[in-house]
Amino acid sequence: MGKSKRELTGAEIIWESLVREGVEVIFGYPGGAILPAYDALNKYRKKIHHVLVRHEQGAAHMADGYARASGKVGVAIATSGPGATNLITGLATAMMDSSPIVCITGQVGSTAIGSDAFQETDITGATLPVTKHSYLVMDVDDLAESIREAFYIARTGRPGPVLIDIPKDVQTAKTVFEYPTAPIDLPGYHPPECATDEQVAAALELINTAERPVILAGQGVLQSHAMGPLRELAEQGQIPVTPTLLGIGSLPASHPLNLGMMGMHGTGAANHAIQAADLLIACGMRFDDRVTGKLQTYSPNSKKIHIDIDASELNKNIRVEVAIHANLSTVLKQFNGGVKPRNHNDWMATIKTWQDDADEREVLNMKTPTLLGAQAVRAIWEGTQGKALIVTDVGQHQMLEAQYYLHDEPYTLITSGGAGTMGFALPAAIGAAFHETDREIWVIVGDGGIQMNIQELATAVQEQSNIKIAIINNGYLGMVRQWQQMFYDARYVETPISSPDYLLIAQAYGMPGYRVDRLEDIPATMQKAQSHEGPVLVEFMVEQHDVVYPMVPAGADLHAMIRRPLKQFEMDT
Amino acid sequence: MKQVLVVLVEDKPGVLNRVASLFRRRNFNIESLVVGPCEIPHASRLTIVTGEEEYLRRNIIRQNLLKLINVIDVQDVTDLPCVIREHALIKIKVDGTRRGEVMDLVDMYRARIVDVGIETLIVEVTGEASKIESIIELLEPFGILELNRAGKVAMVRGNGSAPGNKLLPDRENGSLPQASPKSI
Ligand SMILES: Cc1ncc(C[n+]2csc(CCOP(=O)(O)OP(=O)(O)O)c2C)c(N)n1
Repeated sequence: MGKSKRELTGAEIIWESLVREGVEVIFGYPGGAILPAYDALNKYRKKIHHVLVRHEQGAAHMADGYARASGKVGVAIATSGPGATNLITGLATAMMDSSPIVCITGQVGSTAIGSDAFQETDITGATLPVTKHSYLVMDVDDLAESIREAFYIARTGRPGPVLIDIPKDVQTAKTVFEYPTAPIDLPGYHPPECATDEQVAAALELINTAERPVILAGQGVLQSHAMGPLRELAEQGQIPVTPTLLGIGSLPASHPLNLGMMGMHGTGAANHAIQAADLLIACGMRFDDRVTGKLQTYSPNSKKIHIDIDASELNKNIRVEVAIHANLSTVLKQFNGGVKPRNHNDWMATIKTWQDDADEREVLNMKTPTLLGAQAVRAIWEGTQGKALIVTDVGQHQMLEAQYYLHDEPYTLITSGGAGTMGFALPAAIGAAFHETDREIWVIVGDGGIQMNIQELATAVQEQSNIKIAIINNGYLGMVRQWQQMFYDARYVETPISSPDYLLIAQAYGMPGYRVDRLEDIPATMQKAQSHEGPVLVEFMVEQHDVVYPMVPAGADLHAMIRRPLKQFEMDT
Repeated sequence: MKQVLVVLVEDKPGVLNRVASLFRRRNFNIESLVVGPCEIPHASRLTIVTGEEEYLRRNIIRQNLLKLINVIDVQDVTDLPCVIREHALIKIKVDGTRRGEVMDLVDMYRARIVDVGIETLIVEVTGEASKIESIIELLEPFGILELNRAGKVAMVRGNGSAPGNKLLPDRENGSLPQASPKSI
């Protein structure tokens, strides 16, 4: 130990380490067991901006939103016990969507652990199933290395949340600080990179001989930055592409080969194409039940190639002929030299018939007596020239966003897919706004979901987050109401939901608020909202009883879609 | 054949909890699990018997274990030539008159008597599950006071002990995930 080396407290080491990991913003809420860290924060304010949230769940979602927008690790910090348990929904959300976040929690003193001390919760135990990894740091000498490993694990391989629990006495203990620089030594952790030559050959053989191929583009495309190689594969082989919800943006929505989203509320073209395909090329997706429908009848006549960075996803839900455990972007580049130029004219013509059927039922072409959610979303698309970063909550509006906001650019949609966490959108957007400072950001949220983390409006105002919050108010927990209408004989048990006066809410929190209920008034209202820097709330009063079409009932065959009735409304001429 | 996994883990607090939590969360069965120190410093070796027989399902279990950061390696030894052993301590009630009978049985099974009390004996037996079951059956009539069985421990015969991935049965039809360098 050289004399020149400084001794730091554990609390200071936390911040020094975060600075070295490139952290510029952190979302958190103080309390007893994390107080030493907060006290030390005072010295690091110039380097790290701390955002005081109004509920720790908000902090976790903000870190998640920031991570998804930036591709960097998002960081949240909270105290022990209830502070830590409030993070759990956020951790689970990040886990399901493979989002890289690090959550730091204070813990009771190391000698008190296990004694049911005040605000003690076994948070590493409680979060075991919803974290990629976790640390309980019992010795200040392990702190810096644990933090470094946590960041590395969060952002590499299949990204995910990592929790670091730090007892209070470890925060106050002192040690010589040196941020390790040696390569990280995790003997059991080596994310894969390439496919083998045999795998590439086997895949190319299938790709070059397929008559009815379809590419399934999951979030892995975005996470491995494989948009270029994906597009090359699609164009070279003239292979249509359908994204998952989280894969939206992997190919421009306006690209002629893009069939639109697959799955429960996917397009008819995408779902029929999957069912009729003779080859599926599944890229960084995991055959979730919301995209497959009934497994036994899923794409029955196709061979399947599945590329994923997580080997445990291969052959999990769907048996495949070629399973490749590797980095998607690398694999697609390996493929691309060998893909023969094709034109699948017959196949594309068949797909066109499904697209034509959808056009006939397209509600945007109809005259409706009231404003529909779909129209509101399309108007937001128009009002933002399709260039905004959209952060959605969970429900009908989320599916309508996926259908009617056409994303031509990658990384412009943030949504809770795997977990379907209501209350996600507002905090996630606040987090995203710390990265996307130039792009317009719109939150699209239901009247149910906004009330689930509405307290974060205070955070948005405090931080002057440049977000526009579109509340799609249908007076119901709409998506649940839709299920009740379709599958429970329209018994609307506990789904009508009242709302406060959102204009008063906006006023009370200190932000402009607008309300709109006619399609023709939307552009002007949006312009007013867009002319303000900082948070603005816009309430869209929409039809209460509309449903999201098409819909594949849970567990039904993927092609068994309930579609919007023909001539539900008069066509708009 | 029921799946037998030999798992090398970092010797860190909570590792066993992570393994057990994984099995519970993924709805995998654990029929037995044995853990102990091994020849590698700061590492432990586990033998896990799962209920799974089908190859692809077995591979999913293996890949999920490999995903745990503290798991260094997982060998699926189900289809490999292995020594698989169980261990049991059996306390029986026996007075002086019948001790001889018990000793004979113990000899036949190459078991051992490791404790003698006034009215009790503890028999220690090691072997394949069938052997343990059969001695238990034969000792039953004397009155078993207490039975304590450890799960199975497994080791590949011959040279096949090194890193587990090499030992995964090779399937070359391209339809299975390659024995990956390491999952994440
Ligand atoms: C935290 C949480 N609780 C419950 C649900 C179940 N759920 C899914 S969609 C939905 C309704 C959402 O209603 P709203 O926010 O008004 O959006 P809408 O569907 O009307 O667009 C509910 C309750 C959920 N996804 N998340």
